[in-house]
Parts: sequence; structure tokens; C-alpha cells
Amino acid sequence: MVGIVGYGAHMPRHRIKVEEIAKVWGADAPSYKKGLMLREKSVPPPDMDTITLSVEAAKNALKRAGNIDPADIGAIYIGSESHPYAVKPSGTVVAEALGATPDIHCADYEFACKAGSEAMFVCLGLVKSGYIKYGLAIGGDTSQGAPSDALEYSAAAGAAAFIMGTDNLIAEIQETHSFMTDTPDFWRREHEFYPQHAGRFTGEPAYFRTTMGAADAILKKSGMKPRDFAYAVFHQPNGKFPMRVGKMLGFTKEQIEPGWLSPTLGNTYSGASPMGLTSTLDIAKPGDMILMVSYGSGAGSDAFIWKVTDRIDEVRDKAVRTRKLLDENLTYVDYGTYAKFRHKILKNE
Amino acid sequence: MFPSRIWRDSKHRYRLEAGKCTKCGKIVFPYRLICPECGHREFEKVILPDTGKLMTYSVIRVAPSQFTDQAPYAVGIAELENGVKLLAQITDCDVEKIKVGMEIRIEFRRIQTDSHQGVLSYGYKFVPKWY
Ligand SMILES: [Zn+2]
Repeated sequence: MVGIVGYGAHMPRHRIKVEEIAKVWGADAPSYKKGLMLREKSVPPPDMDTITLSVEAAKNALKRAGNIDPADIGAIYIGSESHPYAVKPSGTVVAEALGATPDIHCADYEFACKAGSEAMFVCLGLVKSGYIKYGLAIGGDTSQGAPSDALEYSAAAGAAAFIMGTDNLIAEIQETHSFMTDTPDFWRREHEFYPQHAGRFTGEPAYFRTTMGAADAILKKSGMKPRDFAYAVFHQPNGKFPMRVGKMLGFTKEQIEPGWLSPTLGNTYSGASPMGLTSTLDIAKPGDMILMVSYGSGAGSDAFIWKVTDRIDEVRDKAVRTRKLLDENLTYVDYGTYAKFRHKILKNE
Repeated sequence: MFPSRIWRDSKHRYRLEAGKCTKCGKIVFPYRLICPECGHREFEKVILPDTGKLMTYSVIRVAPSQFTDQAPYAVGIAELENGVKLLAQITDCDVEKIKVGMEIRIEFRRIQTDSHQGVLSYGYKFVPKWY
């Protein structure tokens, strides 16, 4: 059997409220909050980036994995659309920080918000084939939305890490399915700082069609129904979309809520559904079935069915829980501080 | 910062790798070739613990050019659980609220950003321990 041996998340402690952003741009905060079902988002301080978030999330995954030797990790794949370098891998820094070098394979993945689940899929495959003993898959981002754009209210920071292996599993993989088509709903050209999106087109033909395509196919493949699952985690570009797609598929609010982080976290892009899976595992019971479906613009979804094992009770509190990072020890920043943190202010070099 | 120096220091800056003298047990951080305690030349690799107590600190209000954006910020010395003392920047906190004796946790952060073009340097910083 193949599956998750350890998992962990990390996020900044800083938050900015929708009201604070709306105030600067003369926008109506209540309509944004209602439309996006989102109250605030995480803001990374200047000394935090996709690499540092990945290292901390991976350290939490190692704590839950027990006493595995980092040198036994055969691959580290980091999915992100905000790798700190345009040329130079994030993975090698993370591998060095964990003590997993030099006998290792590293690659950085990109696929809008789906890059993290892509890393998970590849690690599962490599472990299953026997090429590697453990594979570390990370989804993390410090995303930026253009000032005053709707995306600015949601683009946030966070990361989740999963160590895949074959024994001492926390969750076994039961089924996977991926669904992709060429759908230009969101993009960023080379050398551009902020992404562009196709407005309302990002909803129906993109997010909903793709997420449902992957979910319907994996349900059919596995012969399972929504009621067979304890929980479901969907990509969360805002608070509204994952709840709506879940209900369209026949899942209840109770099944979705544990992994529904976006109302106070925002959209952590490649980290989004992976982080939702970490907070769901934090409260899951042995035997629970969990459906996870990512979504990345451009467009595609990776779907996974996980079965939680008895080992979950032993390991969940070996590292900090995702909800604790989300709800406690917060620092709210004003727009000026946020603009400074995110390098939105023009300065002389 | 020179890429060569980042590369040379990465073992201790990235993963807190220290050397423990195989003769007298002294832990040296960063790595050394000769034990300052007993002159022995053999060390075993140990990874330092990631929590400790702040022993002293200083608030920097007039910062060197590459850190002006962060001022005011604090730099402190913490004693880790195994007695090793470490100097690092204290991040994610209001400098007015720092207290000697407070518990800290070590986190991996960006240490220095060399303009828009340069190499990024990473390493350890202290954050107030809250869980
Ligand atoms: Zn000695």
C-alpha cells in the first residue's frame, strides 16, 4: 500500500481584513465579503517566501512521520506559482535545509493552483514503482493579486507538505484521477508581476467544469458516493467556490467544513487544497474516507481518495495543527504595512 | 552576500548542524576543526534543538543599508535546550514586547535579499514561542 507517512502545514501569522483593502480602493467591503465568502487573508512578512514556508511545513511533516531519516527521502517536488527564483530551484534549498541532500531528485512544479497536488501525484507514483523510499510533495505559495483587482482580496500565503511512502501510513491512497483541458481562465506571462484572469469565465467553464469532471470520474472509478466519505476537500480560490462545488456534487457543509480554510486564510494557490487536507487529517478518525480535488487554472484538477489509518491518532499532535496556525497568535496589518511587505511600493534601489 | 559564502555556511545556517567532540562532548557551532575545550579533532554531527530561551537582545533602530526596511528590529542571543548559545535576529514580533527570558522557537527565514538581482540568503531566526 502507498500513501501519506507524514503531513504538515505552515502559514504566516499576519492577516489583512477585506475592509482594510476595500477602504483603499473605494470598494464596498460587505459585497466583497458576501460575494467571495471571505473575511481576511494571510500576508507573508518580507522574510518569508515559498521556500521558507515549504521548509517549515516539511519539518512538521517529518515530525509526524516519526523517526525517518531525511536522507531516505528520494525526491522533493515543490509546486508553486511563486518560486522565489525564476531560474534556480526551490527544491534544492528545501532539501539542504532538511538534510536530504545529495542523493535525491528535485524539481519545481508549476500549474497555477494545482502544482502542489501534482507533486503529490508524482511522489505517490515514484514510491509505488519502488524508485524511491520516500517522496516529499509540497504545495506552497506567496501569491499576489494586482492592486484593486478582485484577486487582491484573496491572494494569500501558506504551504502544506506530505511525505509519501509505503509503510507506517497515516492515510492510504485508494484512487486517483486527473482531468485537464486547455482553458485560458487565468495566466501570467513571463516578466509580468501580476496575473491576468478572464473574470467570470474563471467560474463555470473553468473551476466548476474541471473540478466536477475530476470528482465525477473518480467517484465512478471507485464506485463510491458522496455519502461514503467522511470529508471532502476542494480547491478554494475564495470561500464560495468550494462550498458551491461540494454541494453541486452532493456533499454536505459538514463534510467540507474541516478543510474549508479560505474564509480566513484566503487563497494559498498551490497550498490551498493540500492545506485543507492537513486540517482535515488533523480531526479525522481511523477508517474515514476523504476526497480531495485540486484545481489549477489553465486548467486541470487532480483528485485523490484517501483512507485514514489507525496511526492518525498517534501522530496528529506531534506537530502543530493547521487550524491553530489559522486561528491563533494573529497580527493584523494595515494596507500600508501590507504594501511594504509585498513590495508594492516603488523605491529607489 | 557572496554565493560562495552562502554555500559554505549552508550546513549550519540551513539546518543547525553542529559538531560534538567525540572526546569531551563539547558542542561547537558552527563546525570547527579543533575542539576549543580539549584540542581533539574528531566530531560527530548533531542537529541543534529548535527551541530555547532568550538571554539578551539589542534593538537596532539605525540599520545597515540592506536591513533599513526592517528597522526597528531586534537581534538576540538565546540558550537552546542543550545549552548551546546562538545569535540571531528576532522576527515576527513587536520589539517593545521582547523580554529577556522569553521562550523562542527557531524558524527558517530569508536572511538577506541582495537587490532584485542577487542571490537570496536563507537561515535561522528566532520567533516568540507560542505553542
Ligand atoms: Zn573536546
